[in-house]
Amino acid sequence: MRSLERHRNILDFAISSLLRRKGKNISLLALYTLVVALVASLIFFVQSLKSEAALLLQEAPDIVVQRLMAGRQDLISTRAVEQIAALRGVTSVTPRYWGYYYDPVFGANYTMMVTDDESLAPQEAMLGAGVAKNQRLLAGDMFSLRKTDGMPLLLTVNKIFSRDSELLTADLILLTKDDFTALFGFPRETATDLAVTVANPDEIGTLAGKIAEIVPASRPIMKSEILRTYDSIFDWRGGMMVAIMVMAISAFVIFAWDKATGLSAEERREMGILKSIGWETTDILLLKFWEGVAVSLTAFVVGTIIAYCHVFFFSAGIFSGALKGWAVLYPDFRLHPAISPYQIAVIFFLTVFPYTAATIVPSWLAATIDPDTAMRS
Amino acid sequence: MVITIRNSSKFLIFTSLGFCVLLLLALHAMVANGQVHPVAIRNSALVKRLRLTDLCLFTEARYTRHPSMADLHAPFQEHPAALEHFPSGSLVMPIRPRRSH
Repeated sequence: MRSLERHRNILDFAISSLLRRKGKNISLLALYTLVVALVASLIFFVQSLKSEAALLLQEAPDIVVQRLMAGRQDLISTRAVEQIAALRGVTSVTPRYWGYYYDPVFGANYTMMVTDDESLAPQEAMLGAGVAKNQRLLAGDMFSLRKTDGMPLLLTVNKIFSRDSELLTADLILLTKDDFTALFGFPRETATDLAVTVANPDEIGTLAGKIAEIVPASRPIMKSEILRTYDSIFDWRGGMMVAIMVMAISAFVIFAWDKATGLSAEERREMGILKSIGWETTDILLLKFWEGVAVSLTAFVVGTIIAYCHVFFFSAGIFSGALKGWAVLYPDFRLHPAISPYQIAVIFFLTVFPYTAATIVPSWLAATIDPDTAMRS
Repeated sequence: MVITIRNSSKFLIFTSLGFCVLLLLALHAMVANGQVHPVAIRNSALVKRLRLTDLCLFTEARYTRHPSMADLHAPFQEHPAALEHFPSGSLVMPIRPRRSH
């Protein structure tokens, strides 16, 4: 009980000591909180994007078969459909017709895709909310795309996908097969790639190997590879993670440097006075420890709360600029919260520990010198 | 009578409140994850119906729009010495090598 009271007394003194240098410590706390909020936002954002991708892409085709020509992806012959469908274990093989359309007026790239949806009539299109917003279109409006022969292809908006699906459909334009063929002059009996459904998920790897053997120059992409792509895009070694982590670590290095290069004359004098009135070196170290804990714990708690609100209530506004790049169309999506104790522990160890350690070391060096020297310095 | 609260008590109350808010947020995340979201169900159905393979995150270039469908060296295929020139290309790390067939 006495030990607890001693710690409380020292904590009282530590907070009073911090409040005596209010201006410096509040600005330090604000900056520290900002760095914690940035690191935590990134960790939350990346983790929830990963889990969103893992959840949604579970329904992606089991295998996508592409054809390669001179090392590049080329159109695949639809004759391969029969060959693949004949393999034991394959449930269905569906040609996918898709490509990109650059709109020179709006400077945007659209993903054009054929759908077998029966509610879509010829000369009609279904649009993603991003495309509709970009072109200011509503259901029933008409718009035109430029065909390869230079003639316009007039299309009526049949439906606009809801904003909830923007993470999948923001730049999507769905057309009928005939309109797609007319727009791009797409060769007959070819498809962009083939989507294969497999009865037993354990056989996907074996079937992918067989497909690669029976269809010359083909590249089967398994669902596990699709999922792994999104796992590795937002890996901690990924570009964005590294860029922001390096900035955050640099900020911590500056904090630590500021602390390690010595205490201010006022702080040294304070230590000298405390030692001369009977404080032990351990008491002074405890005082500095509690000062560090008070600052870093406050920054951790406030920074993590700000990060959660930023990512899950305000759609991670800071990162959207970085993700947009030069793209004109960018999905406006709200992520589902996905946080784990592991993430919180990572944030805690990345932020609280380095600062507290950086506070203790120079204080120990200063606290071991003679009080008279400390007061005169 | 004036009651003065010790600085340490103020700090402990503030930190405890902060941890309570963090706990509530964690609870919010758990509840939100535990619920079967109609939006997630609709979106999963859309992926299945349209046979989609990628999220629409970066629409700048084909290899950033559909990273799972792109070649490993897609950014460098414009010409042999081409440099990556799309900002999102610097955010997307190269995908791990696929197994050889």
